[in-house]
Amino acid sequence: MNVIEVKDLKKVYNSTEVKVNALNGIDLTIEKGEFTAIVGPSGSGKTTFLNMLGGLDSPTSGDINIGGTEIGKLSSSKLIDFRLQNIGFVFQAYNLIPVLTALENVEFIMQMQGVDKKQRQQRAKDLLIQVGLGDRINSRPSKLSGGQQQRVAVARALASKPTFVLADEPTANLDSKSTENLLSMMEELNKQEKITFIFSTHDQRVVNKAHRVITLEDGKIISDDRKNE
Amino acid sequence: MILAVAWRNIWRNKTRSLVILIAICLGLASGIFYMAFYKGMVVQRINTAIKTEASHIQVHHKEYLNNPDKKFVISNTDSTVQIIRSNEHVKAISSRVIINTMAQSAKTGTGVKITGINPEDEKQVTNLSTKLIEGTYFEEVKRNPIVIGEELANKLNVKLKSKVVVTLQDMQGNLTGAAFKVEGIFRTSNTAFDKASVFVRKSDISRIMQLDNQASHEIAILLDNNENLASTNTSLTEELSTLDVKTWREIMPEVSLVESSFGITMFVFIGIILLALLFGIINTMLMAVLERKKELGMLMAVGLNKTRVFTMILLETVMLSLVGGLFGIALGWLLTFYFGYQGIDLGTWSTAYESMGFDTLVYTQLPFYVSMQIALMVIVTGIIAAIYPATKALKLKPAEAIRIDL
Repeated sequence: MNVIEVKDLKKVYNSTEVKVNALNGIDLTIEKGEFTAIVGPSGSGKTTFLNMLGGLDSPTSGDINIGGTEIGKLSSSKLIDFRLQNIGFVFQAYNLIPVLTALENVEFIMQMQGVDKKQRQQRAKDLLIQVGLGDRINSRPSKLSGGQQQRVAVARALASKPTFVLADEPTANLDSKSTENLLSMMEELNKQEKITFIFSTHDQRVVNKAHRVITLEDGKIISDDRKNE
Repeated sequence: MILAVAWRNIWRNKTRSLVILIAICLGLASGIFYMAFYKGMVVQRINTAIKTEASHIQVHHKEYLNNPDKKFVISNTDSTVQIIRSNEHVKAISSRVIINTMAQSAKTGTGVKITGINPEDEKQVTNLSTKLIEGTYFEEVKRNPIVIGEELANKLNVKLKSKVVVTLQDMQGNLTGAAFKVEGIFRTSNTAFDKASVFVRKSDISRIMQLDNQASHEIAILLDNNENLASTNTSLTEELSTLDVKTWREIMPEVSLVESSFGITMFVFIGIILLALLFGIINTMLMAVLERKKELGMLMAVGLNKTRVFTMILLETVMLSLVGGLFGIALGWLLTFYFGYQGIDLGTWSTAYESMGFDTLVYTQLPFYVSMQIALMVIVTGIIAAIYPATKALKLKPAEAIRIDL
């Protein structure tokens, strides 16, 4: 089953007098349960592409279909709601609300979705146990290590039961041990629960773990490698 | 949970929040204290106006207030008093004979307003008997006693037992006069009143003027409560249709004006304080928003819609303002209670205050509903202060905000 279908996606920035073709016709299909890394040098269009997939920016032309919804056609307020219901985000940093505990951070998204209190508390606890933080549910982000914070971010991303999780350089601020732990945990979730992960990364360790590696350059896909597990 | 986030956000930068909280607290506390001081002064002025000068309601001949001539009398005092007494809110009544004339001592003379009273009735209506600083209140001097103000005593250079001669026209127009003996000297907080008012027995002055003992120029009425002023005035106006019935508000419009302008004065005064604080709050919240760009970007990216972002910043601003506001109101009340009990002595400026009829010992007071009004004004200020920072936050583009280097 295809989770994401991208057809002839183009993005042109007209911010200066010179036109910048950030994305030059991208075609891509991602299926449920994939563990994909998007790589490419700076200026390759990686960030722009990720913004499009995450519904944070709109394309100049082309289609992005996520789980049956053409997101390029959604109004900005509908798009916010679409992100809330369908996409789990893990950013490089500043993922969590510093004044909320780990448990509250995970609950927050579900509250926005209108999940009732008892149900969301239980699910938030379960998710934090699943990411290995069952004993830190009442800690605020400042009391957690970088790796632990990213685990909370993953739990938060999963809380909304998204169509896929978009992770933008999730390991950029982590040491190698934390990176290894985080990646193993995500791989485990991918295997066991068929959660679709899409990473954008520079990190070779992430690339090594990925089952599919898509390389961008000059706004185009120049390679799309699938590894046999 | 947005409420919890907003509340906890206030305490993220404790120093910054405390600075603005203290500013709000002190601003409002001083505003409230000033209003309580002002209210205390106004209430005391009104009490003086009622208890010493005008009473609650006065009844006159229809022409008397326009032309205070001795011939415009209420001719059937006893039956009029009877009608007035039947009203349930009337507490005490005093009928008076009033004449403006000259009083002379051995040294000098001056114009005075002589009020002839029944001492026992007057005692129930005004507090003149409690304002004596020397002598007695119509108790000792058997023949023609007179009670005068301290200022007048100084001016006429008379003491207790001194003679004061008044010269006047009787009802037939003949010039007549009589000697009175000073029995008491009073001092009120209104020097203008003390300078020109003298009190004698109604029976004495009526006899000298050859005025019928049923005739009075004025009937002063004290009510059980100022709240019943309007209703009692209406019913007495109907019952005494041939006479002129007026409340102290009409008799002393200048005092009434001070009272009725209290609300608007307070609104403007507190409004100015809050306006100044508004900019401090905007500044604090703007800093709070700008340093949280990445976090706000993240929240918007994961699905916090514009209404919720706005609500979060609005709640944060209103709560920040309200915390400072409530402490300010509490501190203002504490000061009001303390000085409401202790009083503030303005003795240094007594001449100025007393010449306008104000007491120099002011007891602060403020009606409770005022703090509700002020709290409401603080909330409105918070809402206004939130608009600019919240708009700034709403303009953030999540994709860019997340990647901003702060």
